[in-house]
Amino acid sequence: MIEFRQVTKRYDSDHTALRQVNFRLDRGELAFLTGHSGAGKSTLLKLIMVMERPSAGELVVGGQLLNKLPKRQVPYMRRHIGVVFQNHQLLFDRTVYDNVAMPLEVMGVPPKEAGRRVRAALDKVGLLSKEKMNPIQLSGGEQQRVGIARAVVNKPPVLLADEPTGNLDPELSAGIMNLFSQFSQVGVTVLIATHDIALINEMGHRTLTLDHGRLVSGGTPFQGGVHGA
Amino acid sequence: MVPESQRKHDVSRGARVSRSAGRQLMEGYVNHHRKVARDSAERLWRSPVASLMTWAVIGVALALPVALLLLLSSLEGVSAGWDSSARLTAYVELESPLEDAEAIAERVASDGRIDAVELVNRDDAFREFRVSSGLEDALDFLDENPLPHALLITPEASARSEAGMQGLIRFIEAIEGIERVQVDLGWLQRLNAVTDLLVRAVWVLSLLLAAVVVLVIGNTVRLAIESRRDEILVAKLVGGTEAFVRRPFLYTGAWFGLGGGILAWIVLEVSLWWLSGPIERLADLYRTEFSLSGPGLVGGLALIIAAMVLGWLGAWLAVKRHMDDIEPGEIAGG
Repeated sequence: MIEFRQVTKRYDSDHTALRQVNFRLDRGELAFLTGHSGAGKSTLLKLIMVMERPSAGELVVGGQLLNKLPKRQVPYMRRHIGVVFQNHQLLFDRTVYDNVAMPLEVMGVPPKEAGRRVRAALDKVGLLSKEKMNPIQLSGGEQQRVGIARAVVNKPPVLLADEPTGNLDPELSAGIMNLFSQFSQVGVTVLIATHDIALINEMGHRTLTLDHGRLVSGGTPFQGGVHGA
Repeated sequence: MVPESQRKHDVSRGARVSRSAGRQLMEGYVNHHRKVARDSAERLWRSPVASLMTWAVIGVALALPVALLLLLSSLEGVSAGWDSSARLTAYVELESPLEDAEAIAERVASDGRIDAVELVNRDDAFREFRVSSGLEDALDFLDENPLPHALLITPEASARSEAGMQGLIRFIEAIEGIERVQVDLGWLQRLNAVTDLLVRAVWVLSLLLAAVVVLVIGNTVRLAIESRRDEILVAKLVGGTEAFVRRPFLYTGAWFGLGGGILAWIVLEVSLWWLSGPIERLADLYRTEFSLSGPGLVGGLALIIAAMVLGWLGAWLAVKRHMDDIEPGEIAGG
């Protein structure tokens, strides 16, 4: 589902965020992405979301080579990728329901259908009763779960999470992680960037470790040359 | 539209492509437009004072050139009115007897461009002049009547243009026995020249003020974009196309234009109503048919549509200029 082939990302001549990264995540796989701060976790996620483009190497997501994806096509690519942020990026000028409905709105899903899917997503994260509230009234854990509901509401094949448990206590974190593994069990490819080692060890999933832009463990050995998709 | 077709493609990929799915998508698209239009109108409504001030600026900027254009078209009406009463006076040579004058009158009257010819006998003219001028005593000292026979010529309506009149003058002057032809085209030409100049000046002014409208709306929309930065980020993040993200702001611009256009119309009508009394009195004094007419229903609607187009344009410029700066890359952190 996600494949990095010798991907390098240089921001400018003296700052290289990623160096020749190779790995492959299959459908329904859940993996952690870890490393010290500044190791390149965010850059790696940004490359998958097409917020940044690789300087070298090839990046394929869902069979689509992202290196030269036209700018016009980027929004359509992003619809296949759900993203959860540490600071959840919710909008406080609208209800929980409207926040979760946003990905469906940009796709032009009819209101009736959207309503069904938003409620299904909110039900999944256990917040169905709070759909009419403003997210500002919710606790940190609840806000994070609204963010997750928004990320999965249009059933994307890929789910990315950047420090999703950063501000939460261990019990809430375990709940959130449990949600992620449920998504992976129904075929979603999940990649979670975190430095919460305790949690990683407890979950026992594959772990990709970055160190100064190099993938030092959990990668897939690189076979053959870089070729077009 | 490209995004529409792509969206269709996007949704139908790997799924059954059915007509109802297409229709559903179309409905979704229309619904979204309706929702965005309503939402952006409500936003303006929620800050009435700020919106009203913007509307007022646009209203004044639009009302001014339109008022001047209306004034000019009314002035053109004045010169057109003069044309309808245009007459030529042809003086027959002083020595010519009345029979010659009658012959000339007949000849002029037979021309297709002439509606009517009235012969004024020099003796009648002299008598009338004596009475009306109050110079009876002075005129008694003259040995003979200094006035020639004269022809008052009314041209056909089709010949009443400036060029037509010139042609007629040449034709009549060429007739033997005619001393000279007089027509006071001078002031009409001057009025026309001044009106032409003013029309150009007003168009320049209109262009400048249209630019003002575009810039005012552009700046207002820029502020709106700044205040909704988070929303734009999230919309881009979840796969909103450029068109999707732009749409609310384009509607905002169009609504600013709509409000401004309506205000401009109101300003025009109220000013005209207020001016109409004095103008009528003035026109009466000059014995002209001059009247300042309003834009009318069609003109008013055209004004509003033009205002909306300008608003949309201003918003589009602001969006083009500022939207690209907002990229979701910045929320993902370093």
